[in-house]
Parts: sequence; C-alpha cells; structure tokens
Amino acid sequence: MSFPLLTATALVPAVGAIVTAAVPAARRAVAKTLALVFSLITLALAAIVFVRFEPGGDRYQLTESHAWIADFGVRYELGVDGIGVALIALTALLIPFVILAGWNDAEPQETGSSRWRPTQGFFALILMVEAMVILSFEATDVFLFYILFEAMLIPMYFLIGGFGDRAHSGSDQNAAAQRSYAAVKFLLYNLVGGLIMLAAVIGLYVVAGSFSLTEIAEARASGELEMATNTERLLFLGFFFAFAIKAPLWPLHTWLPNAMGEATAPVAVLITAVVDKVGTFAMLRFCLQLFPEASQWATPVILVLALISIVYGALLAVGQRDIKRLIAYASISHFGFIVLGIFAMTSQGQSGATLYMVNHGISTAALMLVAGFLISRRGSRLIADYGGVQKVAPVLAGTFLIGGLATLSLPGLAPFVSEFLVLVGTFARYPVAGIIATSGIVLAALYTLVLYQRTMTGPVKPEVKSMPDLKARELAVVAPLIALLIFLGVFPKPLTEIINPAVEHTMSDVQKKDPRPEVEAAQ
Amino acid sequence: MSATAVHSLWTTAAEPIDRIKAPDIEYAQLAPVLIIVGAAIVGLLLEAFLPRKARYHAQVFLTLLALAASFAAVIGLAQAGYGTSKVNIAAMGAIAIDGPTLFLQGTILLASVVAVFTFAERRLDPEAHGNRIDSFAAQAASVPGSEGEKAAVRAGFTTTEVYPLVLFAVAGLLVFPAANDLLTLFIALEVFSLPLYLLCALARRKRLLSQEAAVKYFLLGAFSSAFLLFGIALLYGYAGSVSYARIADVVDGSVRTIDPVLADTMGNDALLLIGGALILMGLLFKVGAVPFHMWTPDVYQGAPTPVTGFMAAATKVAAFGALLRLLYVVLPGLSWDWRPVMWAVAIVTMLGGAIVAITQTDIKRLLAYSSIAHAGFILAGVVAVTPKGVSSVLFYLGAYSFVTIGAFAVVTLVRDAGGEATHLSKWAGLGRRSPLVAAVFAVFLLAFAGIPLTSGFSGKFAVFSAAAEGGAGALVVVGVISSAIAAFFYIRVIVLMFFSEPKADGPTVAVPSGMTVAAIGLGVVVTLVLGVAPQYFLDLANQAGTFVR
Repeated sequence: MSFPLLTATALVPAVGAIVTAAVPAARRAVAKTLALVFSLITLALAAIVFVRFEPGGDRYQLTESHAWIADFGVRYELGVDGIGVALIALTALLIPFVILAGWNDAEPQETGSSRWRPTQGFFALILMVEAMVILSFEATDVFLFYILFEAMLIPMYFLIGGFGDRAHSGSDQNAAAQRSYAAVKFLLYNLVGGLIMLAAVIGLYVVAGSFSLTEIAEARASGELEMATNTERLLFLGFFFAFAIKAPLWPLHTWLPNAMGEATAPVAVLITAVVDKVGTFAMLRFCLQLFPEASQWATPVILVLALISIVYGALLAVGQRDIKRLIAYASISHFGFIVLGIFAMTSQGQSGATLYMVNHGISTAALMLVAGFLISRRGSRLIADYGGVQKVAPVLAGTFLIGGLATLSLPGLAPFVSEFLVLVGTFARYPVAGIIATSGIVLAALYTLVLYQRTMTGPVKPEVKSMPDLKARELAVVAPLIALLIFLGVFPKPLTEIINPAVEHTMSDVQKKDPRPEVEAAQ
Repeated sequence: MSATAVHSLWTTAAEPIDRIKAPDIEYAQLAPVLIIVGAAIVGLLLEAFLPRKARYHAQVFLTLLALAASFAAVIGLAQAGYGTSKVNIAAMGAIAIDGPTLFLQGTILLASVVAVFTFAERRLDPEAHGNRIDSFAAQAASVPGSEGEKAAVRAGFTTTEVYPLVLFAVAGLLVFPAANDLLTLFIALEVFSLPLYLLCALARRKRLLSQEAAVKYFLLGAFSSAFLLFGIALLYGYAGSVSYARIADVVDGSVRTIDPVLADTMGNDALLLIGGALILMGLLFKVGAVPFHMWTPDVYQGAPTPVTGFMAAATKVAAFGALLRLLYVVLPGLSWDWRPVMWAVAIVTMLGGAIVAITQTDIKRLLAYSSIAHAGFILAGVVAVTPKGVSSVLFYLGAYSFVTIGAFAVVTLVRDAGGEATHLSKWAGLGRRSPLVAAVFAVFLLAFAGIPLTSGFSGKFAVFSAAAEGGAGALVVVGVISSAIAAFFYIRVIVLMFFSEPKADGPTVAVPSGMTVAAIGLGVVVTLVLGVAPQYFLDLANQAGTFVR
C-alpha cells in the first residue's frame, strides 16, 4: 500500500490541534510555535500533493478507500482533482500566515481560572478547521463530505464567538453581546443549511443506494441510475441551499458581515478565504456532478442571484463605515463572480471561478490582515477614525494599497486573470449577465479607492500620529502574500495547468460544450 | 357480546379441571430478570437487618454486583444465540426472548449501572455533621422543614432504600420490552412505575418541589395505567386472548380455528381500534410523546437529578422497546390505521419539544423538553415499519441513553449554596471557571443537537434514513427542521457557558468521586465512539432487529 498522502495532509493539522491544546497554560509561546510548525508541515505535505498530482492523469488521483460505516453505505474515500489540489494548496498556504498574524490575538484576560487556556485553544481551533477543510476538499464520499461540512462549524463558531475583535465598532452595544450574536448567527445559518442538506443526503442514499461520488456519477453517466426529474431537482436544491449559505450567495449572505466584523482579522480571513471556499467548491464538485440536469434547470435563477450578489455586495461595500464589514461585502460581491463563473457553464468560466477561489483567498487575506494590523493600532474599525496614515506608516499604507488593488482586480495582480476569465466565459453564453457583472468591477474600484483615500491620504489625524509602521512579524505575513499575488498575476500557468483538465471533466458531466466563437460560426 | 357467547364462556369456565399442569419456566432465559429481583429482595433484607452505617456500602456493592451479573447473563444469552437463531417465547408465552429483548435489556442494564454510579455519589455536598450526604432525603417520611427532618440530618440518616427501589424498577424495565402478553406488559409497567414514583419524591434539597413532582407523576401515571388497562380489556374482548401472537393472528385474520364467540367479537373493529389506541396512549405516556408529555418537565425538574437521568435513559429505552413490540408484533396488521396517527404524534412531538424548549430557563426543564424532541426523532424511526426501522431505533436508544445520563451527571456537579444551580443564568461563564466540565457538557449538547462525529448524529442519521426508506420522507423534513430549532437552544447554552462573562456569585463546580467521573467519562467515550466508528454497534442492532412471534 502506498503512503496515504491525502490522509496525512489532513491528519497533521488535526494532530497539531491536539498537541497544541495540550500545552500547559503558562507555555503559551510553545503552543504558538507548535501550531506554526504543524501548519508548515501541512504546507510541505500540500506541496508534495501539488507536485505529485499529474494534470493529464486520472480524474481523481492519490485515491484512498477504506470501509467505514458499512451499515450506512459510507466509505472513507479520498481523491483529489485539480480543483481540490488548488484549494488544498491555498488552505495550507494561508494557515501559517493566519497563525502568524494572530500571534498575539488570544492572550488570556484577567478573569478565568488557571486552567483557562485561550491561547492554546485559539491555535488548536485554527488547526482543527484546517484539518477539516482540507479533508473536505479530498472527500469523494458524499457522507464523509457532509460530516466535515457540518463539523467544521463547531471550531469556527468558537473562533468567532470566543476570540472577538476588541476594537471599537461605532456601535453602542456591548462588544461581547455583539460577538456572540455574530457567532450564533453564523452557526444557525450554516446549521440550517446543513440540516436541509442532510435531508437531501438521505434522499440521495435512498435513490442511489451509495454515497460514493465516483460510483453515483458513473451510474448516472451510463444511464444505470435514473432519477425522476422532480427528485433530482429537490435533491439539487437541498445541496445547493447549504452551499449557497456557506458561499454565501444573496439573499443568504447576512451572516457574513456580522461574523467577519466581530471576529479577529485572522479568523475573518479563515472564514472568507478558506471555509467559504468549501461552499463554492462543493457546487462544482457535488451539485454539477451529481445533478447535472437539475443544475442546468436552476442555472437562470442562480445566475440572477449571482449577479445580485455582485452588484448588491459592491454597493453595500461602498456604503460601509466599518473597514472589516466593507471587506466582507466586497467578498460577497466576489463570491457572486465565483458562482457566476461556475454556472455560466463554459470552461473559461469554470476555470476562472476556480482560479478566482484561490486568488480571492490570497488577496482578501492580504487586505484583511493588513486591515487587522491597522485596526489593532488604533483600536477602532471605523473608517472615519483614520486619515493620513500613509505619512506615518508608509509600508502599512503601501501593502494595504496593493491588497486593495488586488481586490479591485488590477491587471498584473492575480485576481485580474480570474475575473477576466469569468467575464469572458460568461459573455460567451450570457452576454447580458456579463455586462451586468462588469459593473461590479467599476464599483470595486470605487469602494477600494475610497477606502484607501479616506484612511490613508489627507491630513494626519491626531490619533494616528504616533502609529508605528509594520513590525517584522507583520511584514513576514504580508510580503509573501503580495509576492504571490504578483507572481500569479503574471504567471498563472502552474495553477491553470492543473485546474483546466478538472474543469473539462465537470463540463462533460453537465454535457455542455463551449459555445463556438462567432467568427467560426459565420464561416 | 351476545347472551349465548357469555353463556358459553361461563360453561367453559365451569367445566371440571382434571389436573393442574405446573407451568414450565425457563429459568436460564429469565436469569437477567431473576437476578435483579433476587438482589432487590436481598437489598430489602439488608435494609432491615444491617446497622445504618454499613448499609450504604453493602447496598451499592450489591446493586452494582446484581446489575453486572444480570448484564453478564444477557451477554451469555446473546452468545448462546438467543438473540438470533434460538429466539423463543419463555415462561408459558409471557416473555419473548429475542434480539430486541436482549439488546434493550443490555442497554437498560448498562444505563442503570452508570445511573447507580451517580446515585451513589457522596462527595458533591460538604459533609453535614460529620456525615457524607448524597442526593436523597435524609428520611423520606420526615416533613420538609420540620424538627424531625433536622434531627434525621443531624443523625446522618440516608435513604439507602433507593438501591432496592432502583433494582425493582430495573426488574420491571427489563420485563417491559420483553413482555409477550398484555398482562405481563401491564405488570411490568406497574413494577417499574411504582418505585420510580417513590424515587422522584426523595430529593434531599427542594423537597417540596420533589414531592410535588412525584405526586404529579403518580397521578398522571395512574391515569395512563388506567388507560392502558382499559385498552387491554378491550383488546382481550376483541381477540379473546392477551397473548401477543394470538391477538396478532386475530388482527391479521390468519387465526386457524374460529369459535362462534371469536367470530362474533373479531368483527367488532371498534373494540380493536379503541383498545389499540388506549394501549398506545399508555405507552406514549411513558415515552413522553406529545400530547402525553405534560408530566415530563415537572418530574424531570423536581426529581433528584440522578433519578432524572435514570428515568430519561432507562425508562425511555424500555418504553420504546414495548412500543416497538406492540406495533411490530401485535398490530402490524393494523399498520394502515396506526401509521397516520403515529406520523402525527411524531411530528407534533419533534416540533413541540423543540419549540417549547427554546423558552426554558432551567437546565433540567430544558433537557426534559429536549428528551421530548428526541422521543419524536425516535418515533420517526418507529413508523418506518421495516427491519431497518427497528435496528435504527435500537441504536438510537443505546446512543441516547448514555448522553442523557452523562448530561444529567454534569448537572449534579454545578452547585451553589442551595444545592444544584439549575437556573440557566447561573451557568454563565462556566467555561472560564471550569473549562473541562463545560467542554464535556458542550460535547453532550452537540450530541443532542446531532452534530456529526457524535453519537447523536449517527443515531439521527440511522432513524431518518430508515424513515426515508420506509416512505416517510415528510417526517425526515420535519425532523431536520426541528433539529435546526433544537440546535438553537443547545447552542444558547454553549454561548452562555463560553462566551458570557462569569458572574461574581456564580456556582462552583464540585469535585466528584470516581463514580460520577466514570459516569460522565463513559458518556463522553460512548458519544465519540458511536459518532466516529459506529459500525460494530450498528451491526449489533441489525442482528438484534427481528422480533420473535
């Protein structure tokens, strides 16, 4: 038997979580270092996965399959396609930065017993989330995926509710109350989605008699397994509802601004850049593959929802007074692009969407983490409390600008490539949708640049006069992310190379071919 | 019944009997029950003859030994194949020895062992007048607040009678799911109900509340017994027999010899339907299903917490066992009639329990309503009428009982000056003060909420998938909706424990003895094992999933 690489990639952070949690209360520094080390080992394993994966090979590679709960028809089945590999790489890459950025976010407070170990808990929970997210990208068993999809809510919930941002948000409400409100809202929204999906998972089992993605997909393709039109549509809706909450798609998005606003910046990155990707990933992997016909049936509605997300998210971002909520609404707009790309049903659209998931992760991480450094210096999340920061802290302002420019998809930075692909893919099939989506880019320029202008330029506010610039640890977080943004902006080939074959498989699942170019058609 | 029919009954009864045949009793197969009954009687004698100081240790030892021996007997019977290949009906048709019987008896016994651990805990309260005290009244007969009570406390009395009472209750519980005729069913019901009424009244603190709970439980329980008995009478009138197999044959119409009397009564559907409905009501009362749940919150709140845990686990297991046997063995021929009713009961139970739980402010009442919602989930598996339905219900019951006892054991630990601090507001910030206790309780709550990787999820998945395969897709949808509602209040408790600031005058967490630790620890282990690797136990439940007829 070959080395179970995929299991190892998920197991290392899980073990790391347990080890970190077990560190005695006084040894906080040890816990942090251990967490970082484990996340780096995971990154190394993810890199091996990335290298070992052959773009031209089988659809699912590095597969593992073991009996698990035979009675439920559940197997422990893992396998990655190009999309999974890209997202595993993203997750493994971001976590060390999240840990490094959150280095001092979870120091114990006065109240509490000697056994209360928030620091250990914080880093253990982050690693736990990493383990579950990575495994969910690898699972090719619907039940296994569902379990992870639900279980990752619990550590996430504790991260949001237990380690909130102590910065002033301009609201009169008690910060702790707001935070637990955000955490509960996050959990309830996602739990409701998950439970609806549970009904669909059970339904799928009753219909298909198996949970294996590959088995069901094969049986469907060969015509062995036929689903009644209505059954397929209901099951599709059950799955899609859960993913649309997670992604999040308008009108199920309202938990995200609360959660990202109240969580610390690293946790906000974890939510939007890592955990939410499971939702869009699952649309590609499960919705399209298991229910191809229902996916096409639902496409018009989903496209409209995606367009509303793009425009609505961007408009609300323009109107935000709170930096972190602004980034949250920007993310909603970007998730709209991702969903648009997936359901445009063209290979450029889907490649673009997958690439977008990765690039959005990196760019949002860069922007959010720098914003977090900024907020921790001033103790306020309100845009109005800042001004002229670039004169006092030029490096901070510069990195913030690059993060912002990446968010508005400036050519030369990574998100441009993906946004361009999504738009091209959408135009090919749905020109009107493409035009409406383009307005999202214009609005993105507005909210990003206005944010920069209000906080960084202008006269220096007295409160920010003594603001220190980025420290070495903070620079170590931001610099690699920016380097990556530039690298992938100029040279996205390593990613597109592994993503494209996977997308082609998905396209053939839904039996869609790219629309032929106009010129050719005219001949 | 016509006049001739009555006449023929009389004449049959009046015929002389040649000789009385002694009944054949398969003692070995009844060993689990007999051991418990014997130990209970020995316990009573100990109570009478041992000096007061020596009783506690003797009783705890005897009780645990009896439960362990009885469990060993169950295992022995299962190993000998009485659950699979050698299923039979023992004691002249009174007791069915089959898979469900042995599985449920094993579950009840294990749950009882764990519950007795919490009964025997004497470290939670500070010593009073140099004596260790447990959760039970110093002297049950003394009037609360009276001089007599104070004198009893000063003298260091403890109510060690609880142990024989528990054993009697366990004996009844063991027979209840095994009963193979209606009279045995009724007797088993009374045998476990009466000790439970008493146990509920024995709380050491808040005695008036405890006695009120016991009176409520007794009155409503007596009503439900009366309904059950009336239903038995009607069914007997319908089928001319109290034997499950005979009634089932008559209901099916597959009975071989039909004498004129039977021909007359078996055409009377009113007897059958009303009788069946009344018996179901009696059983649904014990299960705690809406609309027969009214007693649950009051009794769960008032009873001593170890007793609550015992009732919530063991009684529920036994009552569901009896319900399953009744529906699957006696009334399968009537399933077109009872299924819609049970559908409705399952739906209102799931939704009712979950919705009302949201407004609760007392942790014991909250767990009571949660147990009602869980009864609804289990009923969803019951209405599947497939072998998978039986095995999923068995699995759910096993998984649920350990979580429940564990959760109530944690409740006993959180105390302030007035005993257990059950008001939810007092639990604020518990996670800061005692991270471990709060974390354990959070695990139990997540299991109740059915979060994956806990036993609650495995159980819920089992019953829901059985229900879906049995054609009850709508029940599954209602089930997931009420799970979502239920999740809200479980999460509210977690929020309270971890995200709220601890109050200055908050409760303390008592350091328990090894026994409560074992009860809670076992609860956690079972919760996680059944959540991550439930296959062995699912196999067990599958093998045990066939009733003997």
